[in-house]
Amino acid sequence: MALTTYVEAIRQGIWEEMEKDERVFVLGEDVGIYGGAFKVTAGMLERFGEWRIIDTPISESGIVGAAIGAALMGMRPVAEMQFADFISCAFDQITNFAAKCRYRWGAGVPIVVRGPSGGGVHGGPFHSQNPEMYFVHTPGLKVVCPATAYDAKGLIKAAIRDPDPVIYFEHKFLYRRVKEDLPADDFVVPIGKAAIRRLGTDITVVTYGAMLYIALDAAKELEKEGIDLEVLDLRSLLPFDKEAVIESVKKTNKVILLHEDTQIGGFAGELAAIISEEAFEYLDGPIRRITAPDTPVPYSPPLEEFFLPKVSDVVRVAHELYAY
Amino acid sequence: MAETKVIMPQMGESIFEGTITKWLKKKGDRIERDEALFEISTDKIDSEIPSPASGVVQDILVKEGQTVQINTVVAVIGDGSAKPAAEAPPAKEPAQEAPKMKEGPAPGGGGPVPGVEEETEAEESPLDEGVRSSPLVRRIAKERGIDVSALAGKGTGINGRITKRDILSYIEQGGKAAQPSVSPPQSGGAARSAGLVNQTPPSPPPMKFTGEVERVPLTAMRKAIAEHMVMSRKTSAHVTTLFEVDCSHIVKAKEKQQAEFQRSGVKLTVTPFFVQAAANALKRFPVVNSSLDGDTVVYKRPINIGIAVNLEWGLIVPVIKNADEKNLFGLAKAVNDIGERARNKKLTPEDVKDGTFTITNPGQYGGLAGTPIINQPQVAIMGMGGIKKRAVVIDDAIAIRPMIMLSLSFDHRVIDGAVADQFMADIQKQLENWQS
Repeated sequence: MALTTYVEAIRQGIWEEMEKDERVFVLGEDVGIYGGAFKVTAGMLERFGEWRIIDTPISESGIVGAAIGAALMGMRPVAEMQFADFISCAFDQITNFAAKCRYRWGAGVPIVVRGPSGGGVHGGPFHSQNPEMYFVHTPGLKVVCPATAYDAKGLIKAAIRDPDPVIYFEHKFLYRRVKEDLPADDFVVPIGKAAIRRLGTDITVVTYGAMLYIALDAAKELEKEGIDLEVLDLRSLLPFDKEAVIESVKKTNKVILLHEDTQIGGFAGELAAIISEEAFEYLDGPIRRITAPDTPVPYSPPLEEFFLPKVSDVVRVAHELYAY
Repeated sequence: MAETKVIMPQMGESIFEGTITKWLKKKGDRIERDEALFEISTDKIDSEIPSPASGVVQDILVKEGQTVQINTVVAVIGDGSAKPAAEAPPAKEPAQEAPKMKEGPAPGGGGPVPGVEEETEAEESPLDEGVRSSPLVRRIAKERGIDVSALAGKGTGINGRITKRDILSYIEQGGKAAQPSVSPPQSGGAARSAGLVNQTPPSPPPMKFTGEVERVPLTAMRKAIAEHMVMSRKTSAHVTTLFEVDCSHIVKAKEKQQAEFQRSGVKLTVTPFFVQAAANALKRFPVVNSSLDGDTVVYKRPINIGIAVNLEWGLIVPVIKNADEKNLFGLAKAVNDIGERARNKKLTPEDVKDGTFTITNPGQYGGLAGTPIINQPQVAIMGMGGIKKRAVVIDDAIAIRPMIMLSLSFDHRVIDGAVADQFMADIQKQLENWQS
């Protein structure tokens, strides 16, 4: 059986949900005739027609606003942001409206807002960002960040079925770089559940998105020296799997928090706080963060390479922490 | 004006901290010089500490039950005048002086000074320093009842930090990994199976018991005794020899001299006889008065005999210095004196220092004999059983005699059985032929 890429997994997930549930529809810029900037919606227009695959003007606020309205009328819209960077244009619709509807009026807004995030493809400051934390800070939303093809498919399906707004950040660096053999049956990945990608005993690396592969490569390198990393892939940031994090920290007693997002206000800071609150007496060393520096994503390829956390960063910090 | 700082005294060479068990004065109380100010408990002795000056207790900086390092300022005695305490501080503890300068005059009579409480609170934290570890290590140590400072210098983490690996391997090895200072280096023939010996404390299996229990933490003294006993067991090759001694002569001598001693205010018991006999024998068998230091036997010139005194709250061994230079009267006086001071918590560090041989009294409640544990770094200890009239055979006739069973536990690394028995035979001979 052919391996399924991450991007194809998202496409399959949306496709299957559209086949099953006619309330599901897609709207966004160039999602129809063009099949989406990254071809996530390729072939859908032909299959589902222009009532369910809707090309919109370049207005993220309009796209999300229309999706919210449709959701309130009983539909299950999947709104595409061509790049997650531009989700900020829809910030008010998402944070002030979608996130608060259920709390304010008891009206759930079952929308999915999805889009490609992350760097590593020389996209420069406007096409490489990781905007997840704006939304993690907004109660009423759910935020997911799949790292594997299986999770990409399982989480998009879970997001579409979810009764509340889900912000789905796919990582564009992974689109065609990760692929795997997916089961043929209908599966979902529950929102809010982490996955242990590698069992280890010495140090836990908590991460998500494309950084999962940095952590796994570092683990492979460190394994040669007898340092045994446990790698925990959060998969969802809001809600996130606190039990899994605490349990792993209690086991290894040392923790590295790794993400591609910048540091201040990043998810690692929140994790560090929770670990020190709930597992302080299990720590055998300081909680360490590895993140991008607090700058916009540079356009210059060497600078971008410097900016993104690397395997060598994880190896270095793991050495320090192991020796601590 | 005068202000005197009271510090935690060093109650013996190897003691670095003490616990304040009780304040005998409170803030604002008048106190005379040498009047008892507080009680402390160290791992050697419990003692009352006198005030170094007359005045008013201006400040109490350490709470009851708190353990602080020696030379920590625990209280301040002021002169009771209403003057600020600005000039007092020598450089050593500046942090502790600052609040008092702010707080201004203490009211004349020495009532409680407002605003001091919180300041003292803040000063408690710096006392807790020392070994670098981690929250995890401290939790494991607490759960297993391990003193992390026992691992001092054994940490493999950065800057010698005690890591999880360190404490786990410490526990695995029976809590023995560190403790460098405790046991004398082993040498030559003294090789003992580490496996066997090390299985004693400090890592007993977790206590399993179903039913109601009461958990009482060890006092500093109890803990010190526990550690010292186990350490001694692990250090010396203990052997015990038993000698039965006819006490007719000394019992007679005691009866004869009792009244005379009493007139000088000294109560005569049998103990001084044994101390004197032991002192004489120690002179003739100097190896029993020695210590083992690595590969070297250290013979000690002075004969300082420790007497184990049983207390309600533990056990202490005050020492009669130069016992060989005292006559029976001097010894009787000394035995009474140290026993009394031990019970009244009036012993000084000097009193428990430098013993070279110990006598203990397992017969106090009728025990026939005991097999005492050597008081390190000494190499022998004598136990006195109870004196009891028994039928003994003398010249093929049965006679009734007051008999005692003496035991000598000796360190076979240094003393062989023959020497130990000759030593005991010497004591036996002296006692059985006592001339008063």
